Amino acid sequence: MADTTTLTAPKAADDGARWRSRGRSRRSTRTVRAVTSAVIVAAVALAVLIVPPVAQLDQQAVDLALKLQPPSLDHPFGTDDVGRDLLLRCVYGLRVSLLVGLVAALVATVIGTAVGAAAAAFGGWTDRIVMRLVDTFSSVPHLLLGIFIVAMFRPGVWPVIVSVALTHWLSTARIVRSEVLSLRSRPYVDAAVSGGSSRWRITVRHLLPGVLPQAGLAAVLMVPHAMWHESALSFLGLGLPSHQASLGNLVQTARGSLLAGDWWPTLFPGLFLIVPTLAIAGLAGVWRERINPRRRSELML
Amino acid sequence: MSRRLPWGAMARMTGRRLLFAAPVLLVVTFGVFAVAAASPFDPVKAYAGTAGLTASQETLDQLRANLGVDQALVPRWWEWLTSAVTGDLGESGVMRRPVAEVITERLGWSLLLATTAFLLAILLGTALGVAAARRPGGLLDRCVSTVAYTLEAAPVFWLGLLAIWFFALRLDVLPAGGLTDSGSDIVTFGQVTSHLVLPAAVLGVSQSPWFYLYVRQGVADALEEDPVRGARARGLSERTVLLGHAWRSGMLPMLTLIGSRVPELITGALLIETVFSWPGIAAATVEAATSVDFPLLAALTVLATAAVLLGNLLSDLLYGLADPRVGFDG
Repeated sequence: MADTTTLTAPKAADDGARWRSRGRSRRSTRTVRAVTSAVIVAAVALAVLIVPPVAQLDQQAVDLALKLQPPSLDHPFGTDDVGRDLLLRCVYGLRVSLLVGLVAALVATVIGTAVGAAAAAFGGWTDRIVMRLVDTFSSVPHLLLGIFIVAMFRPGVWPVIVSVALTHWLSTARIVRSEVLSLRSRPYVDAAVSGGSSRWRITVRHLLPGVLPQAGLAAVLMVPHAMWHESALSFLGLGLPSHQASLGNLVQTARGSLLAGDWWPTLFPGLFLIVPTLAIAGLAGVWRERINPRRRSELML
Repeated sequence: MSRRLPWGAMARMTGRRLLFAAPVLLVVTFGVFAVAAASPFDPVKAYAGTAGLTASQETLDQLRANLGVDQALVPRWWEWLTSAVTGDLGESGVMRRPVAEVITERLGWSLLLATTAFLLAILLGTALGVAAARRPGGLLDRCVSTVAYTLEAAPVFWLGLLAIWFFALRLDVLPAGGLTDSGSDIVTFGQVTSHLVLPAAVLGVSQSPWFYLYVRQGVADALEEDPVRGARARGLSERTVLLGHAWRSGMLPMLTLIGSRVPELITGALLIETVFSWPGIAAATVEAATSVDFPLLAALTVLATAAVLLGNLLSDLLYGLADPRVGFDG
């Protein structure tokens, strides 16, 4: 990265705005962005892990006298239509969403890595058939497939996780396959082959470790995707049951009060989805720059 | 732009893609039936409702045969497929009407919404992308990029709800949903237009960040390439350089995006139509799913898959037209 900085630096002498180097101005906010993202992710993790066991507050505590209070000092996010504190509800909702997202992303990454690595390692007909199947799978819109699966197996945590995982392994499989294909032509793999290693040993010992950084990056980026997917399903009434309210459920139940003009029960759950997503994407961008410095880092969702 | 269009090559590519689409659709329909067969859900019980609790086993068996669910997976799938080819997609349980009728009635409204939104997304994304690429790192670039990243992360149903709150409740300038005002049943042009604005705008704006980021990147990269340097050296105006050289080559990556955004567009339409009670096909999908209406759900899944394949074809055709080096081999 340092090389490109010095290469583009001389242009700074030319102070015409149109020739200003893109790289430098971008780099100036990079550390700030990375630190902010890290702080937000840490805050989210702390809130989700520590608040429920430590704070001993009942998120379901109903107080009809305090229903639909706008944001105030007592209730920073206001209260919902039966007087529950929205900040607490959002933290619990984020906990559920994050859990579903993490598990689904993990499952999807394992499936995707296994399928992609197998396709690339075997090659030939296996590769062709598997990749055709991946193409077929990916021509069904994700949410529609998810809706279909959840509709066929009643709403619940597991159908949602399964549907998110089943629709999201495709991109990982493609990434892993192309990475493995490019690694396979490296000399150290040839060396292993002539050393007499079996196909299995080469795949597990030499190829998979090489693709793990890429697969890990895809997995991290998949967490917000999975959360988004889960909240869309929950919003449509096809996701989690309402006693395990996720962020999508919160937005769904707030529709009534929104139409009465109260915006805060809708706004804050959405923000709880956006801010962690951006923070995770920011961290993933830093990571990508480390493993692949030649490509200019962009936030990618 | 007076060169003749390569109709022959385009037709060949379309034909090849249609041939390829047939097995994909076969696999998708089979997968849909396999998932339904694996599900614990019993269509007979759902059809009979509470009456099914007291009905005799004989009646239930009769009902099972009538609904065609007494057969094994493969014959059921084959029967559905053969009748689907003749246009008979079965009977929708939740609408109590033939599936084909439901689809033909609602497809137009969905197409209207989706096309308007897609065009809006492309136009908005391209315009802002070119403007931002002129000065990378400038004020406009930073502001719009920040908004774009936020929009990428924002769930579209949430945007829709906030838009309803702001425009329909706070400002009271646009209707909150539906196709016509609640009082009237007659669909007039003016009414549909005013009801279309909000859902199409939300869907379009939520799709535009991807176009914006692609165009911005493409144009910014093109601005550093030799043809642009040459054009600047010849003393062409900045406007010609930007629109005539950089824009045209920077648009190429965006054309591939058109095809790959179709699934996301359908996803967005599913949510937006539900939020705005738009009487389209995507809202019907959600209804069909909540009441486990298998014939309708199966038909709509296949329809969406066909739409995605069509979008891919369109995008490849456009790419081949725009970049003669690529050709129509795919």
